[in-house]
Amino acid sequence: MDSLEESTGELLAWHDPDEQRRWILENKPRSLKDKRMSVKEAVSRFLQNGNYIAMGGFGHVRVSMIAIYEIIRQRKRNLTMAAKTGVHDLDVLVASGCVDKIDNAYCCGHELRGLSPASRRAVESGRAKVAAEISNAGFQWRFKAAAMGLPFIPTRVMLGSDTFRHSSAKIIRDPFSGKPICLLPACYPDVAFIHVHRCDKYGNCQIDGAIMEDFELSRASRRLIITTEKIIDEGRIRRAPWRTNIPFYLVDAVVEAPHGSHPGNMPYMYYFDEEHMTEWLNLSKTDEGVRQYFGKYVYSVKSFDEYLRLIGGDKRLRHLRKLEFLEVPLVAPWARRNNL
Amino acid sequence: MGKEEQPLKKKLRYSTIELMACAASRILEDEKSVFVGTGLPIVAAVLAQKTHAPNLLIVFESGGIGPHVPTLPISVGDSRTFHRAVMASSMDYVMSTAQLGFVDYGFLGAAQIDMFGNLNTTVIGSHERPTVRLPGSGGANDCGSLCWRTIIIMQQSRHRFVQKVDFLTTPGHLSGGDARDRAGLPSDTGPYRVVTQLGVMGFDERTKRMRLISVHPDVTVEDVRENTGFELVIPENVATTRPPTKKELIVLRAEIDPAGIVLGTR
Repeated sequence: MDSLEESTGELLAWHDPDEQRRWILENKPRSLKDKRMSVKEAVSRFLQNGNYIAMGGFGHVRVSMIAIYEIIRQRKRNLTMAAKTGVHDLDVLVASGCVDKIDNAYCCGHELRGLSPASRRAVESGRAKVAAEISNAGFQWRFKAAAMGLPFIPTRVMLGSDTFRHSSAKIIRDPFSGKPICLLPACYPDVAFIHVHRCDKYGNCQIDGAIMEDFELSRASRRLIITTEKIIDEGRIRRAPWRTNIPFYLVDAVVEAPHGSHPGNMPYMYYFDEEHMTEWLNLSKTDEGVRQYFGKYVYSVKSFDEYLRLIGGDKRLRHLRKLEFLEVPLVAPWARRNNL
Repeated sequence: MGKEEQPLKKKLRYSTIELMACAASRILEDEKSVFVGTGLPIVAAVLAQKTHAPNLLIVFESGGIGPHVPTLPISVGDSRTFHRAVMASSMDYVMSTAQLGFVDYGFLGAAQIDMFGNLNTTVIGSHERPTVRLPGSGGANDCGSLCWRTIIIMQQSRHRFVQKVDFLTTPGHLSGGDARDRAGLPSDTGPYRVVTQLGVMGFDERTKRMRLISVHPDVTVEDVRENTGFELVIPENVATTRPPTKKELIVLRAEIDPAGIVLGTR
């Protein structure tokens, strides 16, 4: 079928579905295996320079910050990142020089906090390149196509827009309705990192609250690193199997990481650390500030426990828990500069 | 209208942002659904719920459906967006639901808009080497493509209300007329209202060109024209936006945004 309109964005992380099936046959064991390991081992074993990565959760909600800090600490380079609502995750990975190519639905912004100075500066100066544009729904449908083992998925978004023209999609005439329809190519990230509430040692995961795109992303990704607030017994998974969002055979590594999403929000556990976010947003206004931040919170820190002590330890973490449960009012130091 | 809802003219002081929140909120109807982003849209939607539209169904792109939003979310995906919701689903679920036709209103902001309501939130300048890199579509293109009626809230100036947007992130009425249908977008959808600090605008039914509906108190039609970089359709009768009521202001300040995160600290 002829396409009605072609786009100019770079097609990234696509595979022929038979090639993907073959890769899965050869690389994804179906056996129950204890996959517990340290974050250091998980990142060094499964993430290579030049890979296409995706973060689970939602930019700064249920994001695996422990994995992100480790990627920065190991100084991985030339990564391409799925900016599927890329917020704090993308901002620090671009600012640290790990990610230099962005497959974009949302980047360089911190939602209500405003624009992200560091990643915005990187894109405007050419240090990081936006290779393609897409919408949020479009991105997760690319994962959905991949998760279904299909080469593409038809949608009714992006039609008529420059978002389409700068994407890697195509528009054809739908053979059923006769109307133009947008075909989104599948997206198979090399590695995805998903932070969950609990899982067993094999990687059977439970996520509380909105699952965002993780149902699709966990199947679309070739390698999947799970970081978890808690490791639980297999028996608990089997007593409530309807609660499993991600089954073990998709998972390559399990890392136990309490508070692993700080300074992000972990629904039903802890809210955003707005003071820490403000420190980052202020420091990241300059390259020197960015170096200072990573020096303090990443490079000179030996373990995630040490990081948690540095951000204020148990006292701070208790406060973030109270915020999550609406027991104390939120103070947002950045609020004053915000108007629309 | 109850006595407590009478606008108190002179004595009632309100900010432009509060007025915009009220004007946007009144567009929303009871027993309809609305797709909201964080910031002013969620303020307007919750205000509608707490005043004239108690059964307004709020939907968030990340999966929250029908939440009782307790305090302003910072992210459209944070835990406030599914607090006491009827469902904490997924983006696929919500976006598919919108594609299916269940979402009546969608709220959007933008850096630039043209006379057909096409929106830019991607770049100022060229895409290759932007003067200002903005976030991009996020869920905006989806919202503007799939919701029945899109409401846009933004600042009005000649730099923002432009002849041609630098980047068409989210489709408005494209080139006008039936251009959306021809592009394959769902029928009978598109921009419905634009709320700014100066007034409220709609779109001509046939040509789909932007058309002034009302000017805010103390704003003239000339002010609006001067702050618009394209030819705005000005009908014979332009109404004046009803100022915020005391009840609306109390709800806004005491219940929805006591910390002044969106409305500004007082």
